[in-house]
Amino acid sequence: MCLAIPAKVISVSEYSALVSIENVEYTASLLLLADVKPGDYIMLHAGFAIEKVDAEEAALTLQLLNDEEKSRPG
Amino acid sequence: MKYIDEYRKKDLIISVAEKLKSISKKEIVLMEVCGGHTMAIQRFGLPSLLPSTIRLISGPGCPVCVSSQHFIDLAMAYSKIPGVIVTTYGDLIRVPGSTTSLEKERANGSDVRIIYSVLEALEIAQKNPEKNIIFLGIGFETTAPLTAAAILEAKKNNITNFFVLSAHKVMPPVMKALVEEGVKIDGFIAPGHVTAITGTAIYDELASVCGLGVVVAGFEPVDMMQAILMLTAQIESGAPKVEVQYQRVVHNDGNKIAQRMLSEVFELRDDQWRGLGIIPKSGLKIREELSSFDAEKKFQVEVPESTEPKGCICGQILRGLKTPVDCGLFGKKCTPTDPVGACMVSGEGTCATYYKYRS
Ligand code: SF4
Repeated sequence: MCLAIPAKVISVSEYSALVSIENVEYTASLLLLADVKPGDYIMLHAGFAIEKVDAEEAALTLQLLNDEEKSRPG
Repeated sequence: MKYIDEYRKKDLIISVAEKLKSISKKEIVLMEVCGGHTMAIQRFGLPSLLPSTIRLISGPGCPVCVSSQHFIDLAMAYSKIPGVIVTTYGDLIRVPGSTTSLEKERANGSDVRIIYSVLEALEIAQKNPEKNIIFLGIGFETTAPLTAAAILEAKKNNITNFFVLSAHKVMPPVMKALVEEGVKIDGFIAPGHVTAITGTAIYDELASVCGLGVVVAGFEPVDMMQAILMLTAQIESGAPKVEVQYQRVVHNDGNKIAQRMLSEVFELRDDQWRGLGIIPKSGLKIREELSSFDAEKKFQVEVPESTEPKGCICGQILRGLKTPVDCGLFGKKCTPTDPVGACMVSGEGTCATYYKYRS
């Protein structure tokens, strides 16, 4: 129920955004999230954008894990 | 799929698992509170990757599972009122109430509609001005702001035939109640999307007063393994604290717009949880100022005293004390197609996930 899925923002109108998940389009209400721009990723939960996905933080976490993975012996 | 596939890479999962094996010394029990986490853990077979020192238990974070029998019975009674359309998120209609389920009432002619978003309930209300639309509000801090936003929209647009039966609940009191009850827990894998709304301060007391580790986790296998690693490191070093693994979505202070709407629409009340009884200040009630949207105020119905299904140990499962295989009905009398208890209904219920991925 608390499931939310990352969706790419295609276009933004006043209160909602057109988003896409694997090329399927959905409408995401923007009543709970401000400053959304095309190209952003948002977390879509039951028709609402509840938070943005922070690209920098995402890259940082993965970088850290990948580095550790590479430095793993054998 | 971006932000999903990267977190399902096998070599990354294995690399974290090996690191975990090398640092884990103490025998510890970690509770994943959220039903979404339970689902991910079983689906990706994570327990088999953990060292024998670490045991995972499931908690009370499946909204359908913790909704009380009284709430289900009330919803059923509403569905029988002439001119009422009951709207609800999917799973709820299959939960067996004391005598029947919403699904059965629907087959008997009640107008019960499954919706994906609460905004659809608003649309139904606008298109059917002669009917009364009742939305069954379940879910934690992730989902409650959506209901709040819908109520505020209804107010703004003068929609007077939209009502909410709120069983919305908040997480921290139930987490604390389990600890106080003496359930052995060394750390919590905390719900990522709840925290995206609330921020991390709601867990401070668990770390500082109860001395428990809390790591807010995402929902992919790499996320979960990394969160378990962070928790284990905290506990091994004897320094429990609140940390966020799910940095790409969760900010320390949460989503302020959602928080504002939550407090504008709801206030805390003592609330009944399935199998856990009444937990103080754990439920969300619609504020007096907005009571014209409160189904409980608008519709007075008699419901007989609710009874829980015989032999179902959902309550103990929700407290992390038992697992589904301890239940005599599991997989026999109780299956996802013919569920006896609520934990077998929802896709994220512990019994349903065990049935799907383990048997
Ligand atoms: S298997 Fe069914 S009856 Fe047993 S605890 Fe789970 S939901 Fe209840």
